[in-house]
Formats: sequence, C-alpha cells, structure tokens
Amino acid sequence: MADPRSLYQEVILDHNRKPRNFGALAQASHKAEGHNPLCGDHISVAFNLEGERIASIAFQGESCAICKASASMMTASVKGKTRQDAETLIQEFRDMATGQIDVDRQAHHLGRLTVFAGVSDLPTRVKCAILPWHTLHAAFHSVADTSTESENDPMHAPIGDA
Amino acid sequence: MSASQTTLRSRPGSAIDAERIRADFPILKLRPGGKPLVYLDNAASSQMPQQVIDRLVRYQRTQHANIHRAVHTLSEIATAEYEEARRKLARFINAREEREVIFTSGTTEAINLAMHGYGRKFIGVGDEIILTTLEHHSNIVPWQMLAEEKGARIRVVPINDAGELLIDDYEKLFDEHTKLVGVAHVSNALGTVNPVKRMIAFARARGVPVLVDGAQAAPHMQVDVQDLDCDFYAFSGHKLCGPTGIGILYGKAALLERMQPFKGGGDMILSVTFEKTTYNVIPQKFEAGTPPIAAAIGLGAAVDYLSGIGMDAIAAHERDLLDYATEQVKRMPGVRIIGTAAEKAAVLSFALAGVHPHDVGTLLNQDGVAVRTGHHCAQPVMQRFKVPATSRASFAFYNTMAEVDALVAGIRNVQKVFS
Repeated sequence: MADPRSLYQEVILDHNRKPRNFGALAQASHKAEGHNPLCGDHISVAFNLEGERIASIAFQGESCAICKASASMMTASVKGKTRQDAETLIQEFRDMATGQIDVDRQAHHLGRLTVFAGVSDLPTRVKCAILPWHTLHAAFHSVADTSTESENDPMHAPIGDA
Repeated sequence: MSASQTTLRSRPGSAIDAERIRADFPILKLRPGGKPLVYLDNAASSQMPQQVIDRLVRYQRTQHANIHRAVHTLSEIATAEYEEARRKLARFINAREEREVIFTSGTTEAINLAMHGYGRKFIGVGDEIILTTLEHHSNIVPWQMLAEEKGARIRVVPINDAGELLIDDYEKLFDEHTKLVGVAHVSNALGTVNPVKRMIAFARARGVPVLVDGAQAAPHMQVDVQDLDCDFYAFSGHKLCGPTGIGILYGKAALLERMQPFKGGGDMILSVTFEKTTYNVIPQKFEAGTPPIAAAIGLGAAVDYLSGIGMDAIAAHERDLLDYATEQVKRMPGVRIIGTAAEKAAVLSFALAGVHPHDVGTLLNQDGVAVRTGHHCAQPVMQRFKVPATSRASFAFYNTMAEVDALVAGIRNVQKVFS
C-alpha cells in the first residue's frame, strides 16, 4: 500500500494499471504527439470535436506511471466537455502542477485531478504530469508535434501563448 | 537477516571500515524525509569529506589571492598551493611530469580542450575518429562537432549483450584514415571496465593517439597513465570527493606542446602585442584566465584523502558492494540487470518489469534511497539495450552492505506498489 502522502495513491496506480481511453481512434479531427526527451516519455492524443464538444478521445504511448495516469484521467475528464471547459482544465492543471494555485484554498474545476497536486513538490516529475495536457493543448491548436523542451513548454511559457 | 549477509558484513580483513569513514562525511548524516540517506548516486557526483571542506575553508580564509600574478605574499602562497595541487594530481595518476596535468572545469571541458587543441589542428577531411557505444555524450558530441566542421567521420565500436566492447570489431575499424580513439575507461551507464590498456597498445602500434575518459574510473581504481600509455586522460573532481568546477586533462608533454591553445586570455600568453601573441608553455598555455584556484586545491586535498585510504582498498570494498548487490538483485523476479560485463566497476543499472525508471527513482527517494534514473547521458547504450532509461545505483567506498539491503528493500517496495 502506498504511503498516503505519496504521489502514488491508489487512484493513480489504478489509472496506470488500467488506463481509460487507451488506444487509437479510427478517425480524429485533432491529434498531436508529445514527448519528453529528458526521460523518453512519449504519448499521442487524438480526439473528435463535434461542434464545440469533445465527442471521443483516446491516447497511447509509453511513459511513466505519473504521465500515463495523468493522460488517462485527463481523457476521462474532458470527454463530453466543450473546448472552452477543456482549455480551462488545461490551465488549471498546469497551475496546480507548477504550484501556482493551492487547490485546497482556491476555486477550480479539477475535481479528482487534484490527486496530482503533490507533483508540485517534485520538480523533476512536474513535466511527467503535464505532458498529456500539453499534448491536448497542442492538438487543439493543431501543432502536430510537441515537446516538453520546446519553446511552448508550459514550464517556461504561458500555455495560452503557444 | 540471512547468514550469508552477516558473513559478508563482517568479512574478516575487509579492506575498509566504512562506518569509520562515514564519520568524515557530514552529508551522510542527513535524514531526508526522516529516513537515513542512502546515497547511491556516486557515479553522478560523490560526496565531500570534512577534510576537503576544511581545506577549502582554510584556503579561502587564509591563502586566497590571484595566482601567477603579483609579488605579494598571498599571491605567492596561492600560487604555490595551486601548483602543489597539480603535483598531487600528477602523482595520483603517475604522470611523468606535473606540466602534463592541465586543470579544466571537469571531464567535459577536458575533452573539449583535446578536441579544440588537438582535433582541430590535426584532424581533417576524410579522417576518422573511433569512439565506442559506451561513451558518455561528453565523449561523443565534441567529436561530432569536429567531424561536422572538418568533414571527418566517426566510427563506433559495438558492444555485446553483456555491455562489453567487441575488441575484434575495434581492431577492424582501424585504417589509414584513423586519427584518434576516444574510449571510456569505465562506462557510466553500465559500469563496464574497458580493456583500455590493450586498446591503447593496438592504437599506438599504428601511431594513433588515444583519449581515455576516466571520469568513472579515477574515483574507483588506481590509474597509472604511464602504464596505460594513453595520450590523454580526463576526469572530474566532483566524482572523487572534490569540488565541482574542477577536473583535469592529462596529456603527454610532447603532444600538448604540439597542440594549439583552446581558450585565449590572460595567463596563457608570454607576450601580447596587437601584431603578435606568444603563447605560454604548457600547462599554462591551456589555462587562460583565473582558474578555479580553491577548487583545484580542494581537489588536491581530495586525492590526498583517497590515497590515504588507498585506491586498491577502495576498489576492493566497492567490488564487495557490487558483488553483494548483484547477487541480491539478480535473484529478484521482474528485475533485469543492464550491463553484466565480467569486469565491472561499482555500477548497478537495472530495469523493473512494468515500472518506468522515473517511478522507481521517485519511490526509492521516498525511502531515502538516492539513485539516478534516466538515460545517463548515454543514449546509444540505452538504444543498444532497447530501454528508454534505466535506474542506476552507483557505489562509493563509504557505502555499506546495509545500504545495499536498503536498496533491495526499496526495490521490493516499488514492486509491491505496482503489483
């Protein structure tokens, strides 16, 4: 059993073992690849936007548990949501992971995603948690390829400027 | 605790009393997160004993001035101490002359010095540089830069599944275009000890100089550059209980004299006019600007400290640690040791089935166990073993069998969390 203070809480381990929405979509209106050259994490995110709503979404790739669980929970959270709502979550997740908002005190829409709040204490793992969100953002903006080391790195630049 | 562990811990005639030595290292008393620090990332950087810390403080408090400059007393003292450090380093690797030791900022700068000073002068279009699959990026990238600039070519010695160089293939790479060999004495990612003496003999018989990257060897074994007969030998201070920002390039005097300077500036000249500059003699020719004087003196104290324990005793103790760790980890289901060479230094790289090395590293850290996870700046090695990264425990003479037990318990915990 993981230490309750640990990042490796049961919900994260569960999503790592049984990732939701894992696989490829036959057709996608938006997709992007994300990779972190520092550790070799690599994921792709694809989705179909119907009107303003994410009708279907899937991800695949090879990564650490934090990255995979983050991708799994991300797809589960944004499925059925509007682009606007998804963009809000991207921003809030990034702010949480980089310690810019305190999820216990400030208003947010992250729900169960707050399980990743602990990553802000682990600077080397922040990028693992953010990579799927970075990739989702890139897909919205039709950037085919993204990297945590690119100039659009959310660690270095506000996501809205990507 | 099993009987075999007890036996190993109290092995009679053990080369080193690790518990007594640990008292010299203040940082080893830390308890990160309330757990004793188990520092197993020595291949990345080792810790500093109080003796070296004290030497740095004494220099800074009582001896500091710029060197090779003024006639005042402090400058003379600082110069003498800096040059004494060079003598210590020369003795440490058994260099024939102390002027064969050039202070650099570390191994990376040492290799870049050889590339700019030797490579840019003597390597040209169509020439070939032999490197190995086991090289750290710092012994790959400078030569690639040179090859691109000059139109030269890099040839690579392959390795087998144990992580050992294929020496027949190495010998077949030589032809009339071969101008330099660059080889790691010890692989940072796998721990393989390469047969550099034999490789150097082969190259020298063909008139090809050899640069040995000794970053992972100098802290762990007796290095004798005259016995090896290498042309260059590079290593870093911070991996052998010294400060960061200091290292050396050893080079044979005749070779260093033929080389062009790397950096221009003060101290590396005899005279300067706007028409012509006359370069200083070696080693000053390669030490432009004010060097890290304190760090060099600290490194001198570090090699004194290591020599006081004895490099052979250090090597023997680390061999015991590695054998014990390998024996324990080998028996664990779901763990694959990457790098199983017959000759290894104290590095244990491993992969856990179904667990990414970064998760291993974070979970071990929660148990106070510090290991390195990642590609270890040796991506060609990772590609060879088809892994994106590994977890690497690397031992120093101040590590103990009990710390190996902590590592093994930590790995078991990772497997439990991910079961």
